[in-house]
Amino acid sequence: MSNSTTAISPRTLSRRSVMLGATGLTFAIAAGSWKPARGAFGLEMNAWVTIFTDGRIQIMSPASEMGQGSKTTLPLILAEEMDAEWTDVRIVPAPPSDAIYGNPGFLGMMYTAGSTAVFGYFEELRTFGAQIRQVLIENAASLLAVRTVELTTEPSTVVHPPSGRKLSYGAIAGFAKVPPSAPNITREQLKKPEAFRLIGHDVMRYELPSKVNGSARYSIDVEVPEMLYGAMLYPPSVGAHLDKLSDVNARKVPDLIGIYQLPIGIGVVAGTPWAAWSARDAITVEWRKDPKNADFDSDTAQDRYAKIVNGDIAQKSALWDKAGAGIEKLSSAASTISAEFRCDYAYHAQIEPLNAVAAVAADGKSVDLWCGTQSQTMAVKTAADTLGIPIENVRFHEMLLGGAFGRRGPRDEDFILPALLLSREVKKPIKVMWTREDDIHNGRFRPLSAHRLEAGFDSSGALETWHHRVATDNVGIFQDPIRYYGPWHERDMISMAGTEITTYGIPNRLSEHFAVDSGIRVSALRGIGFTANKFAIETFMDELARSRGRDPAEFRMSLLHDSPRSAKVLETVAKMADWERKRDGKALGVAYIDYSGSQVAGVAEISLDAKSGQIRVHNFWVAIDPGIAVQPDNIVNQIEGSVVFGLGLALTERITIAQGEVQQSNFYDYTVLRMRDIPEIHVEVISSGAKPTGVGQMATPLVAPAVSNAFAELTGVRLRHTPMTSDRVLATLAAR
Amino acid sequence: MNTTFKVNGRQVTVDVPADTPLLWVIRENLKMPGTRFGCGAGLCGACMVHIDGNRAFSCQTQLSEAAGKSVTTIEGLSPDSSHPVQKAWLKERVPQCGYCQSGQIMSAAVLLAKKPNPTREEIVDYMSAHICRCGTYPRILRAIQRASQEG
Repeated sequence: MSNSTTAISPRTLSRRSVMLGATGLTFAIAAGSWKPARGAFGLEMNAWVTIFTDGRIQIMSPASEMGQGSKTTLPLILAEEMDAEWTDVRIVPAPPSDAIYGNPGFLGMMYTAGSTAVFGYFEELRTFGAQIRQVLIENAASLLAVRTVELTTEPSTVVHPPSGRKLSYGAIAGFAKVPPSAPNITREQLKKPEAFRLIGHDVMRYELPSKVNGSARYSIDVEVPEMLYGAMLYPPSVGAHLDKLSDVNARKVPDLIGIYQLPIGIGVVAGTPWAAWSARDAITVEWRKDPKNADFDSDTAQDRYAKIVNGDIAQKSALWDKAGAGIEKLSSAASTISAEFRCDYAYHAQIEPLNAVAAVAADGKSVDLWCGTQSQTMAVKTAADTLGIPIENVRFHEMLLGGAFGRRGPRDEDFILPALLLSREVKKPIKVMWTREDDIHNGRFRPLSAHRLEAGFDSSGALETWHHRVATDNVGIFQDPIRYYGPWHERDMISMAGTEITTYGIPNRLSEHFAVDSGIRVSALRGIGFTANKFAIETFMDELARSRGRDPAEFRMSLLHDSPRSAKVLETVAKMADWERKRDGKALGVAYIDYSGSQVAGVAEISLDAKSGQIRVHNFWVAIDPGIAVQPDNIVNQIEGSVVFGLGLALTERITIAQGEVQQSNFYDYTVLRMRDIPEIHVEVISSGAKPTGVGQMATPLVAPAVSNAFAELTGVRLRHTPMTSDRVLATLAAR
Repeated sequence: MNTTFKVNGRQVTVDVPADTPLLWVIRENLKMPGTRFGCGAGLCGACMVHIDGNRAFSCQTQLSEAAGKSVTTIEGLSPDSSHPVQKAWLKERVPQCGYCQSGQIMSAAVLLAKKPNPTREEIVDYMSAHICRCGTYPRILRAIQRASQEG
């Protein structure tokens, strides 16, 4: 996700952001008109790095840790330029402050999403680290009475090679003076890649040891004195109102504390989780549905979306991307091809069900909040707004996230509301855990979509025009109206990302969005619009290649002539998969993506059980160029996981909605992949020298088109609808 | 009603209804949250523990079924993360979000106790009782193979 239209005030070290304390030296990054903030957190709120006199180095990390590793990677980037010994470094969660810790690559928000953490913070953290190193050198120079240019550093130590004298960073922190001015660091003064000790060399993620012995703590594990348990009875569809309620049986449940009608549903509080759920389940209730979605059915809605993209139902579109003459030349093209694709709703299925713990003070004027969120500052804002208190009165306790994939980052932070509202009612700390059924029924899904693609070739057979029309539920309006009406200018980035295919050298392009305000809960999900859009684009690209009698990999390669990094990943993955070799009973399919600058290509090797209709994926190869590979093994881990996730979306994962209600309930009817379902996954990371870009979701959208393309190679039949379930495979084969 | 059983070698007695799932007794009464709640239906394996040396979905086990038996949770697998499975998990850097990994590790430990040299197929078959949404399956497989070799 690029947010280039929004200017972020550059933060840097300034003289007054270096602070001397009794225990050491603290460095803060100044943001615009920085002043020491005196909120609930006091002065320490501004500290980014603290060097203690005993040599310990504390570095704040603004990223949420949901398994992707950037909570460790961001401090590592800073430590690299500062030349800190990694074993001296202690990572501390940064407190919520967009101004101080916000991601320059994500609208300046403290928001871990879009695979933008390393990309967004990279240059700032390197510069800041280099400035700190320079302050340490200058202080050492005055003590040793030498010129700064005579000094260099070894890990956590300033060295004077001519005399062999050394001063540890901790020792310098003991006598350091605030510099007269902040050191100015030019790009040339940053470390050369060959000098990297940490970047490019895998370290143990800071929280990993806690994840093999049960000591890792997620918000679901939080326990505070006098804590009670809440459960929610939510409306069955968005916007339904309570008509009748009977809680006679619920009130018989032992340990029940109370039943509360809240703006978001009916809340139950009890002494144990078991009692809270039992009481909740004993309530009988009738709802009056919102006419907007009372009859919503996902299958008929998708038919309607298809009619919209085919022009059978008139609707105004929002332009997403246009290049050259757009679609002007389609009418005069020598030949055109068009096709339609569909993708279903998909669910995040993070294994830690959504939950939060809140302890509202008896006077209602402050709160302690424990939750796992992708945006610390949005959680704090939501808590403050919900309780009508200033944000300074929200004490936020950051926890590990038991998976997120986009679900823990909506603007309204829906999953913290029950604990806040119920704690305010009972004036006690409350933990509210959703059951898996709650988590699915109140899920916020990758939107339903229909796509129509049309391509025009000129008389020489060159691909000259590309037209992509997309209809989806409007994610922006639902997930984050502030960004949608603000920096996104009413264009739904979550739905449309990936339709701008800039690296393929197609001169005339247009992609447009037909957004439907369906009244269904929708959300970003790992891979956002790329998962649906690339399924359509990369499958269509295969059809174009075959229509010209070209090899699909070679056809793509010919379009990538001006993008050497793109061509390289495609070439690499073809080599890895031995692309030219024919297999008995198996076939290969390829896909390529430019995902926010990360170049990725994948090849699937599949077979088909013709009787059951089940597609079996045997091997999946990925080549990725994410620029500088900051933590190479972690990148491989992310790619492996992305492929597994993408394969689930491609083959089995499907949410359906009838009468506005989600039809699935648990992992028996929402089937995510298990170890027996996954292929051998082969990953090659090409660490080009470019600025690092994302890795957390880039391979996910490769899978569905690669599988669909392999299926076409194997059977001669196109699958145009994900998930490509056995039923759909059989029906498609029968219809040929 | 009192129920007595062993947890991680320690005798415990709890006074909760006998039909309470063992998972919630472990988490709420015994204050050991390393055993996780994921689905409440025996489908994801995040709650896996050992009962008398066999694996069990603690969300599907009533407290009464644990009476008089010996339960091991992730906290009791080893005192210092030194179980071969835990060591292999760190060497292969398996966890991402980590939420399912307690259960995965507990299953792997039972598998290797019963079958020190499992085939790939046996590992895949046994571990398919679990869900890892982060998709760390390739590493789980490798870690079990490593633990099997390095014992």
